Amino acid sequence: MIRIDCPFCGPRDETEFTYGGDASRARPPLDETSEEVWNTYVFLRPNERGLHEEYWFHQHGCRAWLKVTRDMVSHAISEVVFARKDKST
Amino acid sequence: MVRYSAFEIFKQGLTGHRNWPALWRDPVPKERYDVIIIGGGGHGLATAYYLAKEHGITNVAVLEKGWLGGGNTGRNTTIVRSNYMIEGNTEFYEHSLKLWEGLSQDLNYNVMFSQRGQYNTFHNPGQRDVARRRANTLRLNGIEAELIDAKQMAAEVPGLDYSANARFPILGAMYQKRAGTARHDAVAWGYARGADSFGVDIIQNCEVGEFIRDQGRITGVRTNRGDIRADKVGMAVAGHTSHVAAKAGLTLPIETHVLQAFVSEPLKPIFDTVISFGAAHFYISQSDKGGLVMGGDIDGYNSYAQRGGMPTMEHVFAAGVSFMPYLSRLKILRQWGGVMDMTMDGSPIICKSPIDGLYINGGWCYGGFKATPASGWCFAHTIARDEPHEFNAKFGLDRFSRGFALDERGAGPTPHAH
Repeated sequence: MIRIDCPFCGPRDETEFTYGGDASRARPPLDETSEEVWNTYVFLRPNERGLHEEYWFHQHGCRAWLKVTRDMVSHAISEVVFARKDKST
Repeated sequence: MVRYSAFEIFKQGLTGHRNWPALWRDPVPKERYDVIIIGGGGHGLATAYYLAKEHGITNVAVLEKGWLGGGNTGRNTTIVRSNYMIEGNTEFYEHSLKLWEGLSQDLNYNVMFSQRGQYNTFHNPGQRDVARRRANTLRLNGIEAELIDAKQMAAEVPGLDYSANARFPILGAMYQKRAGTARHDAVAWGYARGADSFGVDIIQNCEVGEFIRDQGRITGVRTNRGDIRADKVGMAVAGHTSHVAAKAGLTLPIETHVLQAFVSEPLKPIFDTVISFGAAHFYISQSDKGGLVMGGDIDGYNSYAQRGGMPTMEHVFAAGVSFMPYLSRLKILRQWGGVMDMTMDGSPIICKSPIDGLYINGGWCYGGFKATPASGWCFAHTIARDEPHEFNAKFGLDRFSRGFALDERGAGPTPHAH
């Protein structure tokens, strides 16, 4: 069981959350027409055996999207921030 | 190599079975090979075997960081089937099933392949239509498939919840008679013994650190047992394909996820087939030792940890118990997790990489075991001839950017398809 320390609700079980996948990618602007850029965004993943930035949605809690940094081997979480706040800064 | 036979057993029996030779040698790595295969699981060993047998390339090394078959080959539910619908997958998995059918004889090693059939249940009219379409597609491709109703299934597989009050009432199933199970360790050991008999060096406890490059071309690997050079390097390290490919500077359309499997306490025979629950992800068979071997969905988040979490366990058994109520009385004896290469379309990758001298076999999602023979067979062809066989022509890395993804599930670009 992964426990995520939600900045609003405090530590909660992973079962309260929905996984949102890799948070390290930035969507290209819509006027981008390069096939390679879109291929990289849609399909390619660094998939490193180390720290992974990922989105989790606190569906059964405060319903905020979070950005979590988690180790892919130990599952230890080193950082949890609001995804939205992270974007604006 | 001692050829196994009834006579050989008798002969060895005269000396108390103390003189059986080792199945493969334990060689010191040479400085140079024609081909290096990274990964001594089923796929890597099968590749080495077919390189030697089909293409006459015997100066081959298989490098394994741990022990043979200690990765995903030993971490699956051993189901073999060929009921794939998308062109590209269909002929590949059918070729694999045909190789399975002759594998024990070919290897002179009993891989305990048992064609006990497989049922995929459906639970509503929509699912029945989808199953019918899949069965028809398979039959048009010359692969047998039957649609059976709940009454027939109840006669063939008693004990499931066939009542109308079931949470997901069983309407019937798609049945593939030639599907079944095999002994996973025996597959690795059989291929290892076969490859070794052709002169392939199988080198265990040999971890690849980085690639040796010469003007862009890969010309070998640095390992904890020294540098080993080769004209061609193939990797068959599913679960860690991104990790190894990154050492060569490649980024792949793969995420790594963990998948669990479970074995119950041993029971007397209850059912003699493989059953997949159609309303949630749950599949089950009974091993020769009597344990029920079960699996479900991946845990749902990226992970390189070879273990699983409790929430998914609960989810898998909730599905299982709603389908087979008697499971609730059983104890689970063993549970394990394996890490899967989840590609963005659910289909595998067997191809030359964009880097000269490097070949990729990976992206097996959680369906790699059944593909072991054809995977090795096609990968060997790709390495030996420098071009794909028609059976793996659609498994190229470039299919994503070109718009030819093999999306068996029809779910779009997601690392959760299979």
